[in-house]
Amino acid sequence: MSFSVPAKLETEIDELITHYPVKRSASLMVLHALQEHFGWISQAAVEWTAKKLGLQPINVYELVTFYPMFRQQPVGKYQIKVCRTLSCALGGSYALHKHFCDKLGLDAHKHGVQTTKDGRFSVEFVECLASCGTAPVIMINEDFYEGVSRAKAEEIVSQCK
Amino acid sequence: MPSEYKLILKHADQPGYTPDIECYLKHGGYEVLKKALAMQPLDLPDGKRKSPQEQLRDEVMKSGLRGRGGAGFSCGLKWSFVDRRSGKPIYLICNADESEPGTFKDRQIIHKDPHQLIEGMILSCFANDVKLAYIYIRGEMPQGAKLLNKALAEARAKNLLGKNILGSGYDLEIHVHRGAGAYICGEETGLIESLEGKRPYPRIKPPYFPAVLGLYMCPTIVNNVETLCNVKHIVAMGGAEFAKLGTPNNTGTRIVSLSGHVKRPGYYEIEVGKVTIGELINDPNFGGGLRDGRKLKAVIPGGSSAKVLKAGEKFKLKRKVDGKDVEQEVDMLDLPYDFDSLLQAGTMSGSSAIIVMDDSVDIVEALANISEFYAHESCGQCTPCREGSLWMSKALHRLTHGEGRKTDADYLEKIANNIPGGRTICAFGEACSWPVQSFVAKFKDEFVAKGAADEAKRAQNGVASNSAAAKRRETVAAH
Repeated sequence: MSFSVPAKLETEIDELITHYPVKRSASLMVLHALQEHFGWISQAAVEWTAKKLGLQPINVYELVTFYPMFRQQPVGKYQIKVCRTLSCALGGSYALHKHFCDKLGLDAHKHGVQTTKDGRFSVEFVECLASCGTAPVIMINEDFYEGVSRAKAEEIVSQCK
Repeated sequence: MPSEYKLILKHADQPGYTPDIECYLKHGGYEVLKKALAMQPLDLPDGKRKSPQEQLRDEVMKSGLRGRGGAGFSCGLKWSFVDRRSGKPIYLICNADESEPGTFKDRQIIHKDPHQLIEGMILSCFANDVKLAYIYIRGEMPQGAKLLNKALAEARAKNLLGKNILGSGYDLEIHVHRGAGAYICGEETGLIESLEGKRPYPRIKPPYFPAVLGLYMCPTIVNNVETLCNVKHIVAMGGAEFAKLGTPNNTGTRIVSLSGHVKRPGYYEIEVGKVTIGELINDPNFGGGLRDGRKLKAVIPGGSSAKVLKAGEKFKLKRKVDGKDVEQEVDMLDLPYDFDSLLQAGTMSGSSAIIVMDDSVDIVEALANISEFYAHESCGQCTPCREGSLWMSKALHRLTHGEGRKTDADYLEKIANNIPGGRTICAFGEACSWPVQSFVAKFKDEFVAKGAADEAKRAQNGVASNSAAAKRRETVAAH
């Protein structure tokens, strides 16, 4: 399948690049824009970004492999990120993570991101989401949920159609 | 009775207060900026003239403002290091990469009062002749980035940003830059590398002090969100007046993030040093005490990298009483919440994040959680940190999964003692070692007991399985 960036997105990306005196600085913003559109960063996306910014593909690829938010393979339509770090752990995030995994037929002990077979949900632990006073917290795609009890988790998942 | 003092969060939580510019203007927003842009040069008695920019920088110096991001370094001093003679552009970056576990104060400002931050930034940029600035916001705050972009667009539409701001002849542009989930981007030189579109490997200092060789090798100021908001209030009230808030050398207010086992976790703005840790945890105005029937076990006073305080610990504090230096013994709960007292207690107020743990907490598990975070977030540039953080996390993993050893406590201490102290490029080495050093030193018996219990269990199982194997061999031999 050939990789093509829609004209509207490319215009947005071109605008982002103008924010910086050096093109390379726009790398993360361009990758965010591409990931928002395509759902993940493919090798073609890396090469496209490199060409756009006048870089070698390795300059972009090393970012995709370093920064945890970039996906190197497609993930679920709904990406559930459960905060793992101390305050949320004290607030029950491990039980919450297990609850999501059990409910969706995933293995709570497996490391890294896991996606359901139908491709609807991905579940993963992430590090501190900076809302420790309302633990446990999760994110689903760009939405943020605080003080997530089991009942609330059920409700949130049932709303993901 | 100790209470909050709301300077930065004065409006944020008022009913009906919204993050848009109209609401901010209704509450006196951007008035301070107008005042600053209209400032005139000051004629000094020696015939020299002091520019408005120098006057503003002087006020910040006089205020005694210390950085709110973690290190608590003097903001005025940081600005004074900026190389203004190189002829290169000067950049300012707002560090909104809030990611020290336990901290959630900048999130409140960004989500509820973004224009306060922008006004503080414009003032700081004006005071330092900055023409281009960035807000580096962590990737996990997409809503915050959207809000900031909206607020910047509103400010541009009102000519509070852009060319010739309010007819003053001053040009400034601010852009939002999103991170992508790496804790190390909170380290200012790592942040700069990341903003240059690279992996966020912190730079070695010297020579790469941001004030001289920062973004694009130009002089650069990196300040925390809360610090920049404070600049607005310093310009509004004057540095000397600001310095009356808080306590000497610990001026102003701080937004404390309180999490863990208290009845009322949340963020509380206090005058620095006017409230003690115990009051923050137990007072009905703040944490409201521990959950019913629970006792305090430990407190992490300044984000997860700060050294832990054990319930009942006593410290000797040097204090001035009637002009004389005296040494007083205080309980950890009676430590005033400020920069200097916590340093004297061997820990730090860091990003002003307090994590409270009651007696239901397995302290080994708590440390294992913290260490897993640091092992995940080490950038991998320096061997002691890359390897050490992982070794510590592995040892703690086996201790919390029934595979521990009696000697693990000593092993952890040994690794933790060999990471910090100039062996790494940035302070991450310290950040990942301090929790291990302090947890193991203060709760050693629990670490040793856990390892010993695992060994005993293995020995028993070992005997059992050995005898089972022997029986099998006999059976085989008999046939």
